[in-house]
Amino acid sequence: MQTFDLEAQGLRNLNSALHAQSANTNQTVWEVINPKGSHAIAVGLDAPIEVNVRGHTGYYCGGMNKQATINVAGSAGPGVAENMMSGTVVIEGDASQYAGATGRGGTLVIKGNASSRCGISMKGIDIIVHGNIGHMSAFMAQSGNMVVCGDAGDALGDSLYEARLFVRGSVKSLGADCIEKEMRPEHIALLTELLEKGGCDAKPEEFKRYGSARKLYNFNIDNAY
Amino acid sequence: MCGIVGLFLKDKALEPKLGEMLTDMLITMTDRGPDSAGIAIYGADTKGKAKLVVQSDFPEEDFPGLDAAMAASLGGPVSIRVNDTHAVLEMGSELLDVARSRLNEVNPRVRMMSRGETLEIYKEVGLPKDVAARFDIAQMSGSHGIGHTRMATESAVTTMGAHPFNTGADQCLVHNGSLSNHASLRRKLRRQGVHIETENDTEVGAAYLTWRMMNGATLGEALESSLDDLDGFFTFVVGTKDGFGVVRDPIACKPAVLAETDQYVAFGSEYRALVNLPGIEHARVWEPEPATVYFWGHKGAPTAHEKAA
Repeated sequence: MQTFDLEAQGLRNLNSALHAQSANTNQTVWEVINPKGSHAIAVGLDAPIEVNVRGHTGYYCGGMNKQATINVAGSAGPGVAENMMSGTVVIEGDASQYAGATGRGGTLVIKGNASSRCGISMKGIDIIVHGNIGHMSAFMAQSGNMVVCGDAGDALGDSLYEARLFVRGSVKSLGADCIEKEMRPEHIALLTELLEKGGCDAKPEEFKRYGSARKLYNFNIDNAY
Repeated sequence: MCGIVGLFLKDKALEPKLGEMLTDMLITMTDRGPDSAGIAIYGADTKGKAKLVVQSDFPEEDFPGLDAAMAASLGGPVSIRVNDTHAVLEMGSELLDVARSRLNEVNPRVRMMSRGETLEIYKEVGLPKDVAARFDIAQMSGSHGIGHTRMATESAVTTMGAHPFNTGADQCLVHNGSLSNHASLRRKLRRQGVHIETENDTEVGAAYLTWRMMNGATLGEALESSLDDLDGFFTFVVGTKDGFGVVRDPIACKPAVLAETDQYVAFGSEYRALVNLPGIEHARVWEPEPATVYFWGHKGAPTAHEKAA
């Protein structure tokens, strides 16, 4: 295992060392100590390596991730796993606003609560939150799945496209064009898989599914070119 | 952007280190606000006395004799303690209300930074480390304090545009964000006779709170109604003689992190600002909720009051 002291060695050195890893690297497990809320920790990785961050992170941790598994033993600042392509990011604590924003693939697991705008404009990522999520989450979400074991804040799924939202607790309010939908066997099967992936012990039957009513401008065939 | 830091001490043993801890927190927030910096420190209370902190761009010319001139004008003893471009004028508490207008008559070039029994505000243009060093903030002690690093968006980079803003006796405000209805609100408040010095948006926010409290609202009520009457983005941290409060607008896009231990409650725009505080590894760290007024006081229990939508 490689141990990297972020305070002593610096952010650019960390990210260049991680970017230098290829699919065949022998240095498959990295530990980052003294993160102290630094920004842009382990961004833009593209190798099947594991990075364990021991502490809280600042803005954009794990952004644009491909292939790598990033574990944060703490809470994450704004924009964690933003635009993730593949791989896994796990936050042991809470995540600040716009976690997993625009993510195209991979899995983001937040074991605490996520703040506002979680999964905003998500495009294929799976986001699994053990706690609650804040207001305007999944705004303009296009595809992918969001699982919330706790409650959702105001305006969930506003202007939603085709992402699937599963919430176990209460939803403070639904955003424009977001409605509760029937939970069919295929959704239970999908949710079972997602809960397992996220390490949640919740039962899929306890959740409600929310999705797009498909009534907004873009869904109206008369507006097509 | 802009950076905010705040520290409310529960453990009296830390009071001599307040300035040192706040300075460290402030400097960490330099890249959020390199234009100007300021700090509000709540220090010791001298019974029956109050302080007017003043600033001059020409301290060598303006400060000598200012105490005597103010004493003559106010008809009571006034002492002066000069600290770089700022000076602390100490006088009997009963003279504080008229002191600002008298200051303007005595020397209109000298500006008031703060007034109160324990509050002192120091602020200047420049990098946070330079501003903290020129006033030797690190040597100051106190029970709580607020700091701000400014990245100017709505008005010029000047001393008077720097935060914190004094909102009343022993009260101050710092702001991260931008208010979009400050021009109309400034006109309205000026018509009501509220003194607003600059074209700065935050000063209008501060004046708004002052005006609401002048008309009988408590600070908590004034902060709550600010959620209706101020348009724009804000994370506010306010200081009072007794403690400090936090409120974020309902959209809450301006960051805020709180940390609490048995020894203190700390606020930072980012967690980075808090990393050198004692025992931070075991602190409860969380993000304040949108549209919720939080307050910690030395006298009362902490409160968090969510405004009904």
